[in-house]
Amino acid sequence: MTTMVATAQVKAKASDRTIAENRLGLKLVAPAVVVMVLVTAWPMIQALYLSLFKYRLTVPDDRAFTGLGNYATILSDSLFWKDTLNTIIIMIVTVAIELVIGFAFAMVMHRIVFARGLMRTAILIPYGIITVVSAFAWQFAFSLNNGFVDGWFHWLPWIGTDTNWYGDHWHAMFAIMVSEIWKTTPFMSLLLLAGLSQVSEDMIEAAKVDGATWTQRLVKVILPNMRAAIMVAVLFRALDAYRIFDNIFIMTKGAQDTESSSFLTYRQVIEQFQLGMGSALSVLLFLSVLLIAFILVKLFKVDLAAARGEA
Amino acid sequence: MAGKGNASKMGPGHWLGFVLILVWCLLPVVWILMVSLKPVAETTTGSPQFLPKTWTIQNYKDILKNHDFLHALGNSFGIAIIATLLAVIFATLAAYAIARLEFKGKRVVLSIALAIAMFPVVSLVGPLFDMWRVAHLFNTWPGLIIPYLTFTLPLAIWTLSAFFREIPWEMEQAAQVDGATSWQAFRKVIVPLAAPGVFTAAILTFFFAWNEFVLAISLTSTTAARTVPAQMSFFVGSDPFNPPYSQLAAAAVVVTVPVVIIVLLFQRKIVAGLTSGAVKG
Repeated sequence: MTTMVATAQVKAKASDRTIAENRLGLKLVAPAVVVMVLVTAWPMIQALYLSLFKYRLTVPDDRAFTGLGNYATILSDSLFWKDTLNTIIIMIVTVAIELVIGFAFAMVMHRIVFARGLMRTAILIPYGIITVVSAFAWQFAFSLNNGFVDGWFHWLPWIGTDTNWYGDHWHAMFAIMVSEIWKTTPFMSLLLLAGLSQVSEDMIEAAKVDGATWTQRLVKVILPNMRAAIMVAVLFRALDAYRIFDNIFIMTKGAQDTESSSFLTYRQVIEQFQLGMGSALSVLLFLSVLLIAFILVKLFKVDLAAARGEA
Repeated sequence: MAGKGNASKMGPGHWLGFVLILVWCLLPVVWILMVSLKPVAETTTGSPQFLPKTWTIQNYKDILKNHDFLHALGNSFGIAIIATLLAVIFATLAAYAIARLEFKGKRVVLSIALAIAMFPVVSLVGPLFDMWRVAHLFNTWPGLIIPYLTFTLPLAIWTLSAFFREIPWEMEQAAQVDGATSWQAFRKVIVPLAAPGVFTAAILTFFFAWNEFVLAISLTSTTAARTVPAQMSFFVGSDPFNPPYSQLAAAAVVVTVPVVIIVLLFQRKIVAGLTSGAVKG
């Protein structure tokens, strides 16, 4: 009898503690969660609501309910699809190139035994520098009569001399992508370096002893063991690249059809005061980012399962 | 390769890579520095050369006399520092709970943080523009600080909770056993161990707020709250098709200096912070 009471008391105490810990935990995370949710969820609900109206700030009283009318207009507009395509091209090209260059950088940095501080400092400068500043630097570097690109790289077949980089779609897109790749590759290489340093040296040495070539070691040992780091880096960079805005705003202002989805949304709201249409674009942008995240996570999961199957 | 079997393991390929990385990272920065040291005439009349023909610091004198720029610099510092302070306080509380306590909803918090890190900032431009006008937050400091807080909290929470997980919390109890009060134990043992992580989160938050552009141009209309990136995009001289590049470059160098100083002083911590949250998380 007494033992039963004692165990009950102990149990009660234990659950008291869990309840207390629960409460404290929730109290401590509450401020952060409240801010994060209020400033994203509430405006998104607002956007969802506004997107159902014909709502222009220039004529605020004429606020007619149009249902999915705004969405129908957007989806049947070729500009929307052009901008979406631009955004997807920029995302795929920049992330693919960053992955390759970033990995090469990470391999070099992994082997560097001196001047690590110098290397780290250098690699952090593009990450820390304001995107607007780097966009201005590249815009000027690519400018026809005053930039160094034309002067230095004219021997490259697709550059030539006197190239007007802002004269046509693909040249302008190229300039924008260069500025994006320049700025974000260092971040990619840092994430990959962290992944690389978790690959065991012993395994690489063992493969070497077994006579594996450099390529075999890379493909069979190093890359599979870095899968998690590569996945995280690609996921984050892809979603980040899909939101591209600053470089385009500074370098071309969207000229030569270089607008991105973000830019289109911004222009509808801030320059044309089309709050209804802009809200619909916000919702579509949000949904496309969700979709990309979903596709990438699915894609990686399939890969992960395959990797497990091999092991 | 020549370096094979050496302790250094650096072959000629690595040396070449080393030089390439330095050139990659520094070339546009040196370029903008050189442009800032060219006289205005040299940047407008077709002179693609890298180094200035005539060196001048006139652009810096001009930019530091520009009231709009100075005002924007003040806004940038104020907004970034306040957002950083608040983000660090909120994130420290949350990260402590996540790393140390067992409570229901922990996973939910981490999922919310993950979702917000992926949130497209531009999606907020429309609704916030509308809401902030009604709430009189448009074109004010809090109007920018609040969304900046939102978007820096996820990174700060991850970095800090990854960091806090490594702290040997038993040391706190050990100190208490040795006769310290729980406050003393916390202050003398845990605070010094946690400080570097908190500091790292602060730097990353500061970088974000210092860099942010979309909200800065959308939610401001005058120099009352416009930060440097936004102000720079409005920085057109008399001819809108030919912005005064040399002055812009000088402004660019001025706003890059704080970043370079922070990077020089704290590179090791920043790298640890950037990678711990992402790779282990």
